[in-house]
Amino acid sequence: MNETNQIITFKINDLDVSAAAGQTILDVAREHGIGIPTLCFLKGLTPIGACRLCLVEIKGQSKLLPACVTRAAEGMEVITHSPRLQEYRKTIIELLFAERNHVCAVCVSNNHCELQDKARALGVTHIRVPYRYPRLQVDASHMRFSADHNRCILCARCVRVCDEIEGAHTWDVMGRGIDCRVITDMNQPWGSSDTCTSCGKCVHVCPTGTLTEKGVAAAEMKKRGQFLPYLTAMRGTKS
Amino acid sequence: MAKTVVIDPITRIEGHSKISIFLDDRDQVADAHFHVTQFRGFEKFTEGRPFQEMPAITARICGICPVSHLMASSKACDDLMAVKIPPTAVKLRRLMNLAQLTQSHALSFFHLSSPDFLLGFDSDPAQRHVLGVAAKFPEIAKDGIWLRKYGQQVIEWLGGKRVHPAWTVPGGVNAPLSDEVRARILEGIPRGIDIARRTLDFFKGAQGQFKDEIEYFANFPSLFLGLVSPEGHLEHYDGYLRVVDSDRKIIADKLEPTAYHHHIGEASLGDSYLKSPYFKPFGYPGGMYRVGPLARLNCCDRCGTPLADKELADFRALRKEGAVLSSFYYHHARLVEILFALERMAELCSAPDILNTHVRAVANPNKFEGVGVSEAPRGTLFHHYKINEQGLITWANLIVATGNNNLAMNKGIAQAAKHFVDGANVKEGALNRVEAVIRCYDPCLSCSTHALGQMPIKLAIVNANGDTVREISR
Repeated sequence: MNETNQIITFKINDLDVSAAAGQTILDVAREHGIGIPTLCFLKGLTPIGACRLCLVEIKGQSKLLPACVTRAAEGMEVITHSPRLQEYRKTIIELLFAERNHVCAVCVSNNHCELQDKARALGVTHIRVPYRYPRLQVDASHMRFSADHNRCILCARCVRVCDEIEGAHTWDVMGRGIDCRVITDMNQPWGSSDTCTSCGKCVHVCPTGTLTEKGVAAAEMKKRGQFLPYLTAMRGTKS
Repeated sequence: MAKTVVIDPITRIEGHSKISIFLDDRDQVADAHFHVTQFRGFEKFTEGRPFQEMPAITARICGICPVSHLMASSKACDDLMAVKIPPTAVKLRRLMNLAQLTQSHALSFFHLSSPDFLLGFDSDPAQRHVLGVAAKFPEIAKDGIWLRKYGQQVIEWLGGKRVHPAWTVPGGVNAPLSDEVRARILEGIPRGIDIARRTLDFFKGAQGQFKDEIEYFANFPSLFLGLVSPEGHLEHYDGYLRVVDSDRKIIADKLEPTAYHHHIGEASLGDSYLKSPYFKPFGYPGGMYRVGPLARLNCCDRCGTPLADKELADFRALRKEGAVLSSFYYHHARLVEILFALERMAELCSAPDILNTHVRAVANPNKFEGVGVSEAPRGTLFHHYKINEQGLITWANLIVATGNNNLAMNKGIAQAAKHFVDGANVKEGALNRVEAVIRCYDPCLSCSTHALGQMPIKLAIVNANGDTVREISR
């Protein structure tokens, strides 16, 4: 029996569940209606476990593991919600807000922002760490789109969709730690990119107001990320 | 020994400020200064932002008149895009602007200033507020609250929320008016007009009690500046700048608002974060001018709506000839403007194209510099932006309504202090009158310095040696 046909059983929050071998904990949890918050994860793109919001507890393991990249294993006992996880998730959101300049009230993505949604859902009312207020630029050199690094949470969805779906690999990540940021081509203005096809996929998978269409005012940028599952499904059908 | 009286904080206004009253060797008032003690820096921190965000960002300058900033900012952005926005969008913006004028004027008159008229300038300060009015004059308080609520509701119906609606955008507005909302707006207008008319009747009848205040509350010759329509009518959204003098003689007319910087200079004073604009041809400080309801009524030939025009005739009669000069009459002018706003809103709602769905022009930036000018409740508001080829702000200048009045407010408090304040025996009621001069202008200091904070004001009495001999804080 090959791996994909093998059925394994394990527990999520004391609920007995079964899954195909190779499925991630997040996959199985969602199949069973168990919500685990995510930010960098987007169905249709390779998961990378970057945001750490989907960390779960696994009995017998001292480390928390990201549900989006951890495969379910036979007999595993997963806890998706606990006071500790709740606290960590809230802290992650607070750190994201503190790291750059997220000013929801005047943001083009206000009320249509996944970071804001998560903060709301997790009950984040205050940021308990000092804001860093970095001086970051807006790259509005592209004819149709702009990139405001003040609002980037480094989920790398843009990098993945550009590479895996569009095949252009215009976006990439540069620098480490606090200096990390997404770049176009060889860290040049987006408008001067030779590889960008201006398809706009990166804009519509971006969870915040970082990548936006030009010409939108506050609260007007609604992302249409629903194209991705259809696109990947149709491509799967063809092959 | 000369002294200084400091009123700090000044109350029932929007923002932070203080008044210093300087006494001479004989304890008589020598001079008075109005200091705005808050600082914000919107012009600086908007640098680098996409210009389309400016309406939403600059609206945050104020929670009372965000709509004014939305108007001026959106117009500056229209200018950057070099578009003529759809006529229905112009009407809808006007509608929201007038709704805001109504609520803001109601707030100023009923909530902030009526305690002085109804309870008395010398009444117990602990009761001299809107709740004190509600206890003794419940009908008037209810009228004020209803009027403000109505104005706020119209803003909410149009823009989705009462404070900082994101509806006015570069190029127009982002949603058309529905028939249902139009009906709701129209439904409230008759009651609003009734309130405005009976309040005008009350206020005109009560003015006899305030002869001293009328005489000494910033009652002096000055220039007046305001927008007028191309026909010379009262105007709050567009039109041309007009400057009249104290004889109501037109000094300058048909000035393109976008060329404001040719006509208006800004002086910075060492003791206040509020700049002092002046009319350039008359120099500084001779070019002192006043803006706001009093100035607008002095500038226009007529209002352009029947009931307001009738009231304008009564208003003009307050002075035998020439412009109405006492700043006490700002309150009167405010009520006339509420009436005008409600009449005009009814007209706008009845316009045949008001429900058109084409309400937004779309364009990239086509100019590197744009200016937007509108009339805020407190006066003429200027937004001026420069952008780079990417559409990012490289420079911004805002001249906010209250700032225009700075020189006149200073002169006004000096006049009132000299008349009402006895340096040897400073009475609370006298200081309240000095504050009330500021309140006439309904200043929004948060706006005018684009600064942070609530609105207390302080008063200090300083002697000739520079020592503060008395301070009043609330």
